Amino acid sequence: MGAIQNKLEGPVSDELTLVRAAKQGDDSAFEELVRRYDRNVFRIAQHITQNREDAEDVVQEAFLKAYGNLAKFQEQSKFYTWLVRIAVNEALMKLRRRKPERTVSLDEDIKTEDDSLPREIADWSPNPEQQYNQAELREILSKTIQGLPPGFRTVFVLRDVEGLSTEETAAALELSVPAVKSRLLRARLQLRERLGRFFQKRESGDGDQ
Amino acid sequence: MKCSEFLHELTNYLDGVLDETTKVELENHLSWCHNCYVVCDTTKKTIEIYRDSQLYELPDDLRSRLRSAIMTKCQQYKKKRSGSETT
Repeated sequence: MGAIQNKLEGPVSDELTLVRAAKQGDDSAFEELVRRYDRNVFRIAQHITQNREDAEDVVQEAFLKAYGNLAKFQEQSKFYTWLVRIAVNEALMKLRRRKPERTVSLDEDIKTEDDSLPREIADWSPNPEQQYNQAELREILSKTIQGLPPGFRTVFVLRDVEGLSTEETAAALELSVPAVKSRLLRARLQLRERLGRFFQKRESGDGDQ
Repeated sequence: MKCSEFLHELTNYLDGVLDETTKVELENHLSWCHNCYVVCDTTKKTIEIYRDSQLYELPDDLRSRLRSAIMTKCQQYKKKRSGSETT
């Protein structure tokens, strides 16, 4: 068993060229940046807000904000990391507006250290995702990640779905590296445990779990 | 290595950033501790399933609609800004 391979290491070679051209007023260069990252921003936004319309708004607002503040982008990080930071903030604002009764913060510390310790150890079937059709699987994954606190699912989506490094995730969320690691571990373990209900190996003749 | 230590190192292990000594100790632990092996394996699968799920893909029609809305708003912003600079 080895390490997880990151699927996403975005093409960054000419990113800076595009950013500089956009800074000079070349809108087609900015449009290329939109084309390059709109899918990622949408995914991140929908993971955080769990609402399609909000995610669409976040995509527009994040790019518009990036456009308006391009001159302030210092080029010390990747443009994408900077954009993600804007998008995460916009998404969290949406979430706060929608759920004003609950404070939504990346800093919320969630229960005790023990809440994600594995309680359920049962093994999964060999290709658990193949037990379900595409639509069922999406429903399961979506419901499962919705159950995580926003601070956990944000870290999980940036690190594990979008493939940002721990350091990039920390920079985008203005968290420390240890805080990102601790949230990531808990997010991964909680998702694992929740998915186990659907993916557990079924013993023959033993009925319902 | 104890089970609690394994759990502490799990994220670093899955991310491939463990030093060689700890990695060997961890894999040794996994070779005899079935529970930790299952936790490690199913956590890895969890990550892979989400990563490969194409959950929340942006449909093409919505994508081009959003992009043209973004670019229109950018143009408006630019006009407004250059207008306020000249006045």
